Amino acid sequence: MNASAIAASGLRKAYKDKTVLDGVDLNVRAGTIFALLGPNGAGKTTTVNVLTTLITPDAGKAVVAGHDLAVNPKGVRAAIGVTGQFASVDNLLTGEENLLMMADLLHLPKTEGRRIAGRLLTRFDLVEAAGKQAVSYSGGMRRKLDLAMTLVGQPQIIFLDEPTTGLDPRSRRTMWEIIRELVADGMTVFLTTQYLEEADQLADRIAVLDQGRLVAEGTADELKRRVPGSHIRLRFARRHELDVAARVLPGSTRDDEELALRVPGDGGVRSLRALLDRLDAQSVDVEELSVHTPDLDDVFLALTGHDNKKVNLR
Amino acid sequence: MNAVTASLADSATMMRRNFRHTRRNPLTLLNAVIMPIFVLFLMVYVLGGGFSVGTDYVDYATPGLIIMTVGYGIGPTATGVNSDMTTGFINRLRVMDVSRAAVLNAHVIATMLRTLVAIALVVGVSFLLGFSPSADFPEWLGAIGVVVLTTLAISWLTVAAGLAAKSPEGAGILGVPLMLLPFLSSAFVPADKMGPGVREFAEYQPFTPIIEALRGFLNGTPSTGTTVTAIAWCVGLTLIGYLWARASFTKRA
Repeated sequence: MNASAIAASGLRKAYKDKTVLDGVDLNVRAGTIFALLGPNGAGKTTTVNVLTTLITPDAGKAVVAGHDLAVNPKGVRAAIGVTGQFASVDNLLTGEENLLMMADLLHLPKTEGRRIAGRLLTRFDLVEAAGKQAVSYSGGMRRKLDLAMTLVGQPQIIFLDEPTTGLDPRSRRTMWEIIRELVADGMTVFLTTQYLEEADQLADRIAVLDQGRLVAEGTADELKRRVPGSHIRLRFARRHELDVAARVLPGSTRDDEELALRVPGDGGVRSLRALLDRLDAQSVDVEELSVHTPDLDDVFLALTGHDNKKVNLR
Repeated sequence: MNAVTASLADSATMMRRNFRHTRRNPLTLLNAVIMPIFVLFLMVYVLGGGFSVGTDYVDYATPGLIIMTVGYGIGPTATGVNSDMTTGFINRLRVMDVSRAAVLNAHVIATMLRTLVAIALVVGVSFLLGFSPSADFPEWLGAIGVVVLTTLAISWLTVAAGLAAKSPEGAGILGVPLMLLPFLSSAFVPADKMGPGVREFAEYQPFTPIIEALRGFLNGTPSTGTTVTAIAWCVGLTLIGYLWARASFTKRA
């Protein structure tokens, strides 16, 4: 599962004199969830629109599902599914009619269309609502129908642009479970979100987009480690050991009450080993060691340097 | 499946969708007929006695009302097309390789059929009020031709406006000129009876030759010059609407 589902390099897009994408490189492995995290206006939707052939980049190239965007956009379109920022369901049609319309547009035989629609309605718990017009659906149901419509074509790669924006917490969790199932079925998911928690919960890899530029990329844990403020906390059994440790580890702050020492550091294996080696050399026994990493909120602030009001922190 | 049959199949699918919309929302049809029928009553029973048009007033006003109905019938198309655009529905279709032609043609055809049904209803009411056209069979065909051409032109313009507007409300407002222009044409009063300024406007705006051409056919006195002008307007407006719709569709992702 190490094949690349999406490989993009140097994507640029500007509208008049406003640069929206300023050289974006992406690599998404097949069968994983990739989250593009960023505040409103960072360029997330533009990235999705470029990768899904809806807009042509000014520069850069991308290969999606093995097809070059510029050379074979039809091939790309046949392999992907897109669920946009707004639930793009037809309000006046019923849930089932919406799904059957997708099947018709994919030119599936009638019986197969009906079979797939039935299966998706069951899977997304929409059987009861199947005969009702989508206008009567709740926000969560509309999102589920929206996603189900995208799945009629059985895409290899699915793009979800802010799939949970505007949903209540319960519907959001349901959507998360559904997204995890998609990957378990072998799909690749490219999602955008402005919720740090969402990226943390779902994504194998996260790229942080800010003003059209990627400011960081990695797993949630890797990103957390890149931020100053991560530290290692050591707890000792005796005061004497705390004294010795505090002396050999400059920059640390001690907590006499807890017999604990807070050492700034990224918590990586190499620096941990170095730290323990120094304590070993002084024959100091550590009772308990824990690595404290900041959450993604801290990461975002540290990486973009913006006021966090621009980010939807939760 | 080759490109042509695929596009035809998609057009059929999209048209089924648009027909369902009208069926689920019959108010759109009612909306289209209420105002013209109200104006018909107003003109024929309240004001009509005051105008001297040289013929039975209901015979004079019906062609104008027919064209007016076109303007009132398009509102749902403008907002519908616009919400397709703004909610990402059209993007969904584009990613599915549904052709632009299928999406746009379906909207235009559904709008035309809805409008023609509304026109039939309005004409039906006119007949009840004493409308008695003196057209023979070829003249009826001519009249129907003018109505269909006008509806085609207005439908394309509306689809284009719906695609270009920023919001459904904005799209709705774009239809207002089409509702108002017939009042400033020869629909209810001959242009030469209007005050200076308005008269010139009425004479040169597209609705006047279109209505005059239709009136000529229905009264059994078709005029070649007016008819040619009307057809030229319809073809020109259709072309503008079509090109504008195509450009908007491609430009807005």
